[in-house]
Amino acid sequence: MISGTRITAVMIKEFIQLTRDRLTYAMILGVPIMQLLLFGFAINTDPRDLPAVLLDLDNSAYSRSVAAAIRNTGYFTFTEEARGPEDINDAIETGAAQFAVTIPADFSRRVVRDNDPQVLVEADASDPTTVGSALAALANLPTQALAHDLSGPTARAPAVPPFEMVIHRRYNPEAITAYNIVPGLLGIVLTMTLVMMTALALTRERERGTMETLLSTPVEPIEVMIGKLAPYVGIGFIQTVIILVLARLIFGVPLSGGWDALILGVLMFIVGSLALGFLFSTVAKSQLQAMQMSVFYLLPSILLSGFMFPFRGMPEWAQAIGTAIPVTHFLRVVRSALLKGVGMADTWPSLAALAIFVLVVSAAAMSRYRTTLD
Amino acid sequence: MADAIVVENLNKSFGDKHVVRDVSLTVAEGKVTGFLGPNGSGKTTTMRMLCGLLTPDSGAGSCFGLDIVRDSRRIKRLTGYMTQKFSLYEDMTIEENLMFVARVYGMTDRRRRVTEALVKLGLETRRRQVAGALSGGWKQRLALAAATLHEPRLLLLDEPTAGVDPKARREFWDEIHALAAEGLTVMVSTHYMDEAERCHDIAYIAYGQLIARGTVDELVDRSGLSTYVGEGAGADRLVAELAGQPGVEMVAPFGSSIHVSGPDAEALKAAIAPFDKAPYTWHPGRPTIEDVFIHLMNRSEDNFQ
Repeated sequence: MISGTRITAVMIKEFIQLTRDRLTYAMILGVPIMQLLLFGFAINTDPRDLPAVLLDLDNSAYSRSVAAAIRNTGYFTFTEEARGPEDINDAIETGAAQFAVTIPADFSRRVVRDNDPQVLVEADASDPTTVGSALAALANLPTQALAHDLSGPTARAPAVPPFEMVIHRRYNPEAITAYNIVPGLLGIVLTMTLVMMTALALTRERERGTMETLLSTPVEPIEVMIGKLAPYVGIGFIQTVIILVLARLIFGVPLSGGWDALILGVLMFIVGSLALGFLFSTVAKSQLQAMQMSVFYLLPSILLSGFMFPFRGMPEWAQAIGTAIPVTHFLRVVRSALLKGVGMADTWPSLAALAIFVLVVSAAAMSRYRTTLD
Repeated sequence: MADAIVVENLNKSFGDKHVVRDVSLTVAEGKVTGFLGPNGSGKTTTMRMLCGLLTPDSGAGSCFGLDIVRDSRRIKRLTGYMTQKFSLYEDMTIEENLMFVARVYGMTDRRRRVTEALVKLGLETRRRQVAGALSGGWKQRLALAAATLHEPRLLLLDEPTAGVDPKARREFWDEIHALAAEGLTVMVSTHYMDEAERCHDIAYIAYGQLIARGTVDELVDRSGLSTYVGEGAGADRLVAELAGQPGVEMVAPFGSSIHVSGPDAEALKAAIAPFDKAPYTWHPGRPTIEDVFIHLMNRSEDNFQ
């Protein structure tokens, strides 16, 4: 027979234990609200004001009208004027610009003569979602952009666009989502496994009581940390190799090069994630809390890093949070290396950010680790 | 003989709980000192301060001439600490645990010394068994082997024999005395009176204060307790009637006899007078160490409540 009293007894016990664990309680109630607001306002799959560079070799009334029309779509912000094709390449490779617009020197002459005038728009299409709407907005632009300039004798039939917009989707011409997601997944998989593994490292010792023995020996904090993290560095590299091999074999993701940046980035990201897990485990009181902290950290890593949603689509405050998350920088390094084939020379700002992360988190973890039970 | 431990006015609080109050203690080298006191009296905390696991709030002291605060790292090398709860790695084998300890202490010739320890333990055939699968008695022997593997000069044992059967306890204590004979200083906390009697020296702590120090005989002599033993059919049933009588502090049945004691000999006599008739016979006895401790416990409760 099922007894109501016995069920109530278990229920009351569960409830008492739940209220004893304040952190769990706060997480159950507070985290959903916080995340709803955070991600609800931050995520935007239709990013506007994307950075673009302009190379206007024509510098005529027509070319200025075309540039103005592109700006007026709301999807493009011209952050700089390029002086030559090298500037354009630089801007796209470093990721400083998402688009580059080139108006050739003979543009207005060809427009006047109706001799196949073209404007070139190059897009960093490694993330198809980011550039999708912007490129769609360009489709109807040629028919209207020069409507005011071409009146009177130069007027055209309304249905015939006076110039052609040539669009180059660089790095991912077929807009295959997997090219963008799979390299990004490397960052998420490493975060998920490594942070969690080391977050449990010290809390497990504490919960099982083995911490007391460990502390009574002459082993130093830095020795404990290096000794605990080193095996996982190996595991992280094995995971990386597996993911890259499968990405290549199953999804055909290009491995374009940039190996120096890739290897350095992977190493720093692995060490940084492990150190962060170690830091969590010096703060957490139980393995459960350590797990919760890891999950709490994982969510913004997935949602605000540019892994799933366009980084440039987020409002500034959300981009600021994203910038503080190491996955964001790691994704840039990995995607640049695999899809663009660019190395250290172009991704050094992201690598520097990862280096800062490693140093800060390791220092914090070391200072939190106690050689006593106080 | 030289003093292994000299501490003065140690204090430690956790939050607003003052766990150790002005404890001053001297322990001679090569002696087995029993550390006794009720639960929560500060025994574990004091031991942890001695081996550098906790930092005292105030007070000073030294182990083998090394400062317990400043030189705690060096003291750790000279100290073996056996925790109250089994705290070796349960998912590792006996041999792996000992090898880990040997490496952590930077011992040389590890393989040979671990094998020696295994042989001495009688565990060489079970060296590949995981520690978690051992029974309580074997776990305790393994923990002792791990705590003494690096040949410490001071051994701190925190209730090492809780939950261990009498034979294993006997063997454990033989081992402790053998180690002490070789010059090892041992400090052991316990709740067992028979174990207290096996110590060279006793330190009694209650409510964070050290309240008695000396050999078992000294403590019994100094206690000022009087004891009477009552015999005769049904004497053990008098507990209920004698308990709480003025002058009776402690009353306990021992088989069919009864054991009463109290600090005031006259009052005690008066209390048993009504029962000094057939079939009961009474004769003066010597207080046991248990009588002394319960007396000390009651007295300290009076002081602190």
